[in-house]
Amino acid sequence: MSTAGPKAHYSLVIIGAGPAGLAAAAAAAGHGLDIALLDEQRAPGGQIYRAIESIPAERARLLGSEYRRGEDLVGAIRNSDVEYFPDTQIWSLNREREIGLVHGRSAAMISADQVVLAGGAIERPVPYPGWTLPGVMNAGAGQILLKAQGIVPANGVVLAGSGALLLLLAWQYMRAGVQIKALLDCTPMHNHLRALPYLPRALLARHYLLKGLQYKLDLKRAGISTLQNVSDMQADGEQRVESVSYRHRGRQHTIKTDLLLTHFGVIPHIQLSQAAGCRHYWDKSQQCWRPQVDEWGNSSVNGILIAGDGVGIGGARTAEHAGRLTALEAVRALGRVSQHERDRLARNDRKWMREEQHIRPFLEAFFHLPGKLLAAPADDTVVCRCEEVTAGAIRKAISEGHDDSNQVKFLTRCGMGPCQGRQCAESVTHIVAGATGKSLPEVGLFRVRPPITPLTLEQLGSLFPDETE
Amino acid sequence: MKTDTLIIGGGLMGCSTALQLAKRGARCVILDKDSPGRHASGVNAGGLRRLNRHPAEIPLSVASAEMWHDIESLVDNDCDTRFPGQIRVAENREDMQKLQERAAMVRDLGYAHEEIIEREALYQLVPALTPDCEGALICRDDGYGRPFHALNAFRRKACSLGVECHSATRVDQIDRARKEWRVITPKGEYRAPVLVNCAGAWAGPIAATLGEPVPLKAGAPMLMISERLPRFIEPVIGAASRKLSFKQMQNGTLLIGGAHMAELDFKQQLTEMNWAKLAVSARTVLALFPQLKDARIVRTWAGIEAFMPDHLPVISRSSTSAHAYHAFGFSAHGFQMSPVVGKILSQLILDDQTNLPIEPFDIRRFQKDR
Ligand SMILES: Cc1cc2nc3c(=O)[nH]c(=O)nc-3n(C[C@H](O)[C@H](O)[C@H](O)COP(=O)(O)OP(=O)(O)OC[C@H]3O[C@@H](n4cnc5c(N)ncnc54)[C@H](O)[C@@H]3O)c2cc1C
Repeated sequence: MSTAGPKAHYSLVIIGAGPAGLAAAAAAAGHGLDIALLDEQRAPGGQIYRAIESIPAERARLLGSEYRRGEDLVGAIRNSDVEYFPDTQIWSLNREREIGLVHGRSAAMISADQVVLAGGAIERPVPYPGWTLPGVMNAGAGQILLKAQGIVPANGVVLAGSGALLLLLAWQYMRAGVQIKALLDCTPMHNHLRALPYLPRALLARHYLLKGLQYKLDLKRAGISTLQNVSDMQADGEQRVESVSYRHRGRQHTIKTDLLLTHFGVIPHIQLSQAAGCRHYWDKSQQCWRPQVDEWGNSSVNGILIAGDGVGIGGARTAEHAGRLTALEAVRALGRVSQHERDRLARNDRKWMREEQHIRPFLEAFFHLPGKLLAAPADDTVVCRCEEVTAGAIRKAISEGHDDSNQVKFLTRCGMGPCQGRQCAESVTHIVAGATGKSLPEVGLFRVRPPITPLTLEQLGSLFPDETE
Repeated sequence: MKTDTLIIGGGLMGCSTALQLAKRGARCVILDKDSPGRHASGVNAGGLRRLNRHPAEIPLSVASAEMWHDIESLVDNDCDTRFPGQIRVAENREDMQKLQERAAMVRDLGYAHEEIIEREALYQLVPALTPDCEGALICRDDGYGRPFHALNAFRRKACSLGVECHSATRVDQIDRARKEWRVITPKGEYRAPVLVNCAGAWAGPIAATLGEPVPLKAGAPMLMISERLPRFIEPVIGAASRKLSFKQMQNGTLLIGGAHMAELDFKQQLTEMNWAKLAVSARTVLALFPQLKDARIVRTWAGIEAFMPDHLPVISRSSTSAHAYHAFGFSAHGFQMSPVVGKILSQLILDDQTNLPIEPFDIRRFQKDR
């Protein structure tokens, strides 16, 4: 849309153009506000509706009917007065709602009266032996290649882990004719029991369950069976992955493969809400840190709202509704609708959010990851990929008395690389808690040290040209 | 609990003091409200610099440099120290003149560690520097270390000699009765005949409690660091007329400082980057090293430090109470001084004297003004 960068100020800035951000932008449009929608990708849609505007029809069909929803969401923005800026990295956000960004190659600092964070989730990084070998990727990365470029594994694939996305990707690959050498489900068997009490309530939202069962059935018909209750999974190889080994029904197995895609659920991407100083808490059920928000998405920082998977994992449909709720609240805060009007417009979305509560406890219990997987990587397993810090080095730091995440980081450099700890923050918290007996909130998370995404000296130097020593 | 000496603050000053006392057989306990090295001592730029010190600090800084050069014998660890020299670049004639005057002043005080180098020698040492600089002031065996590692080495060595270090133990109240200090913390009461105030940016209220208020101001200098780059520079670089401290660390990352301040919420101990000032800092680096324009900054942070109006520390007996001592207010250049400060305090405590000239750092200098 715009080749020039964003203006210096907007009444509303929405960060993230996935389902939550797109829905928020659409709901806020038409109220006479100055709105910018910023996203780091080249095109709108977020992870789930990635490449929605450019995908060939045939490939879109493979991805299933849910994927198609993205067309309307994106269309609504294209036809609105919202200024949409793709290719825009956010490297800083503070409580004054100043936003540091890089658009294209140029850096800028802009501000907003209201900010909606709709940055979504990241795949939960889980370190296991061999996870850093070339040829081992997140399932999400496999999906990106499929959606954006139609690339599928030529020599077949082993899929492993736990979570809904794993099943979905297996199903999509099956439809694309990819050879699935094995589908290893690391969800522990006793999760079935753990989830059972939540089942009756979950049946109130059974469309989720039915979809999952359908995927399983389709896979089975295609001759792909899921191995349940797999443990001790690891990738082996010299230069790159050559095989995957695991335990199943008390026996050790090995499969040859040059590609392993794993998935262990998704967690909110909280670096921006953390940078802004929003309050976060540890959610035992979702096994992740979440920003604290009220039912309208207001965070603990005035004027910063959060919607979608960045608040807690709820999926694409829920993200849309949550996005609309935050937008309506922001529009109210900016004086464009009354509280009464906001409530009226939000009725349907609030109803959805309430119903959504039916299914979550069941899914969360069902996909609950065993502590062993999260907190007990072997000493020689790399935890921080950027700085190549092993679990053993972290445990050594702990044994020397460094008993919180930040001290471990200072001593080992774990989390000091360009990814800013995105890949290892959770693991470090788990390992420290596991080794010290402290609770996860006591151990804490890495303090955010902006920029969230790297910034060149030239880009930084281009800011505030009038400022002098 | 009871001990010989209570030290408030588990930064470098506190740990260094405890280590020197323990070496001579005294028992001590360090109390820190947070964790060791959480503040200035753990997050500073690690510069080991005698170059361009205030004349009053030179004797201490020189003595401290000797200790750093042999740091392994003190703390059983090299603290990742390197001594490739520190350089202050003159970008023009005026700068050069300023540096020459400085060098002459230091020589007149009887020291030889600061020398002028001309253009050619400068470019031999720093070929990557932008052309057309005039020369520099150099201190050849200055260098840098890794602060959090140094802090831990000091602390561990002290603990191996019997020092106790209590984290999450904030000193809330101090009084003296029957020849003993009594210090109250949320974790209980501590007693000792001797009290040391090494509380960094939080030292002011403690001095005030002892009846000797000081005009200490907390500030939060910012630093930024780049991704790892191929090695292209050895010495630490500053500039005669710019705010800059610039070095390529052991692992190839560039550490950039310049005494620009973050916004500080002192009560909450929260800092917020001032990007306008960091932008100035980036421009300064690019003026001297334009080839770094694509180097990526990956992290920025600020540390909370105590600043005195004259930028000189307080290293002093208490003027109001016997058996109380202060070492704080290092105004963003205390890392280098920390070994000698511990030594001085231990001498004051155990011998009631020191061989180093500490009059300029007396806490009474602020009382005279009032
Ligand atoms: C960003 C930055 C860069 C720097 N760069 C350099 C450099 O390159 N070279 C150099 O020589 N110097 C440098 N310095 C300065 C140097 O870091 C400090 O001068 C030095 O570390 C001060 O040590 P300290 O022990 O006095 O203070 P701190 O390390 O701050 O320790 C004081 C401790 O006291 C504790 N405390 C305070 N009040 C209480 C209480 N009531 N009860 C219990 N505990 C309490 C605090 O929690 C803290 O841990 C820099 C400083 C900063 C911030």
